[in-house]
Amino acid sequence: MTIVAAEQLTKNYVTGDITVQAIQGIEFSIEPASFVSFVGPSGSGKSTLLNMIGCLDPPTNGRLKVVGQDVTRLSPTESAAFRGKHIGFIFQDFNLIPVLTVFENIEYPLLMVQNWPVRKRRQQVEKMLEAVDMQDQARKYPNQISGGQKQRVAVARALVTKAELVLADEPTANLDRKTANRIIGLMKAMRDEFSTTFIFSTHDPKVVKNAEIIYTLEDGKLLQSENGQGGDDV
Amino acid sequence: MYNILKIAARNLQRYKRRTLLTSLLITLGVVSVLLFISVSGSFKAMMIGQITDSMLGHLQIHRKGYIASMDSLPLNRNLQGKQIAVAKKLLENTDTVEAYSMRIKFGAMFSNYSETTNVRLNAVTPEREMQTVPMLTKRIIKGKKEGLLNKGEILVPELVAKGMKIKLGDTIVLVATNKDGSVNGQPFVVRGVLEGISGPGGRDSYIHIDDARTLLRIEGKEISEIAVRLKNMDSTPVVIDAMKQELSTLKNAKGKPVFEVHGWEKLSPFSKIADMIDLMTLFIKIMLVAIVLVSIMNVMVMAVYERINEIGTIAAIGTTPGKIMALFLTEGLLLGVLGTLIGVGISLIAIFILNLAEISFDFGRQQGLILSPSIAPEDIIMVMAMVIAIAVLGSLQPAWKAAKMDPITALRHV
Repeated sequence: MTIVAAEQLTKNYVTGDITVQAIQGIEFSIEPASFVSFVGPSGSGKSTLLNMIGCLDPPTNGRLKVVGQDVTRLSPTESAAFRGKHIGFIFQDFNLIPVLTVFENIEYPLLMVQNWPVRKRRQQVEKMLEAVDMQDQARKYPNQISGGQKQRVAVARALVTKAELVLADEPTANLDRKTANRIIGLMKAMRDEFSTTFIFSTHDPKVVKNAEIIYTLEDGKLLQSENGQGGDDV
Repeated sequence: MYNILKIAARNLQRYKRRTLLTSLLITLGVVSVLLFISVSGSFKAMMIGQITDSMLGHLQIHRKGYIASMDSLPLNRNLQGKQIAVAKKLLENTDTVEAYSMRIKFGAMFSNYSETTNVRLNAVTPEREMQTVPMLTKRIIKGKKEGLLNKGEILVPELVAKGMKIKLGDTIVLVATNKDGSVNGQPFVVRGVLEGISGPGGRDSYIHIDDARTLLRIEGKEISEIAVRLKNMDSTPVVIDAMKQELSTLKNAKGKPVFEVHGWEKLSPFSKIADMIDLMTLFIKIMLVAIVLVSIMNVMVMAVYERINEIGTIAAIGTTPGKIMALFLTEGLLLGVLGTLIGVGISLIAIFILNLAEISFDFGRQQGLILSPSIAPEDIIMVMAMVIAIAVLGSLQPAWKAAKMDPITALRHV
């Protein structure tokens, strides 16, 4: 089963009389446990595509299947439920909830989205804290940890629900080189451990270099796909 | 639900100063309303108690048409033998009735042999009158209070006593016209002086009912009114309805009911003041609603605006719109609960202090009335429920906005 399959996927934005074609009838498919990167200049449609795959934005035309389900026409509540169950998100700005501790941030999707029982939930959070090496920081609040640590927490939060797919929009853009390397390495390790598919949109050559499949977008069109190096130097 | 409460509470703690200010505003409103209700309620209860317990009773029974012409104290609208028997039987058989007093009311000329004036007279059976209006004896400011009065004695209102320089033990003469038009006079000894109170009947003189029968040459049983005291004043409307129903069986020659039954509020102009107090309480409550609504809406609109990116994040990771809405509604709810609890606490302390302070005030000719504010648990519960409901209502629009927010737009918000 392919994890993502797009057929003639189109996204138009209408502003007044002007219609902008952000994505123009692209087609691709991504296999499970892949490490995929969408690259391209600003305005090429990377984020729009990720938003559609993440069920945050419905396509204008075409068909999109994610984790085997057609997500082309989901209601906002159905989309939220689908995301909560199948998709994890990693954001450029980390987007941790400031009033929750590191532990609670990772716990949030299990608690507020999936409603796991207490013991199972705590075990899973502990496991993720260990996986991202943040056990010592569990009781700290986001404003008490570094950017790299925040992104590690974000990775743990994205994976805590055992999501089949993680979408990362410029995940290393706000990190220094060394930290960015660690985060990419961490995500790759997570992919290996949990067989999760990671899809990135990025400008970062380091991330691109580590991707196994690279899709290049320009003006909303998929120009080419190629096999990357697969992250040998992380 | 616990988790939503926890996150909402943490978010309120995040903006401590704003939370504190909003809670204080709600607290101020709650304290204002509860103190007003307790103080005005105390004043109202005191005034009503004084009028009903020293003069009117809780309700009165008259012959049909008496109330319409009561200013002239008509003797030709008195209740007669059979009618009195029917009313008496009903009163004796009604469990809610604590006591009743039959009265003859009439006007007379009052003379101290050098000056003459008009007075209104209440002719009563002392024992029954004291049971029905137990505070009447407290109005006796000069003279013996025990037993109220005996035959041949009169209690004179303070104004008449002062105006005509009447002292205790003086002999005066009452001259009255009976319903046949014949005039009769009778001497009385002044037994005491009564403090005047507001409202009709507040400046009446009192004599024994047997003296009135002699003075007015009434043969047989005849009375102007029956004042009734109930075991529980709050049951007055229900008892009135029941009595009207029972008494309606006795009809006059025209087939109309013989009796009319009225509660104290129909007989005293103070009921208008009581209504005004109720109206003012309503306005104060409306102001409280406005304060809570505006402050909660303001703070919640700010909360949503400041957390747009956060809303986008939780929406993206799968929080349903319903849960996002619940998060913000809970914040409003907690603000309302916090402000209300502090407000109720401060109000109860303030009421306790006011009672300790024994603040006195004057009302009309009555001086040195002690303010004793109290608040009923149902009033506290009503105010709490109202504030909390309004707090949730005030959060509704911002919470709805947060729930309906497009995650992408929200995530892009800086």
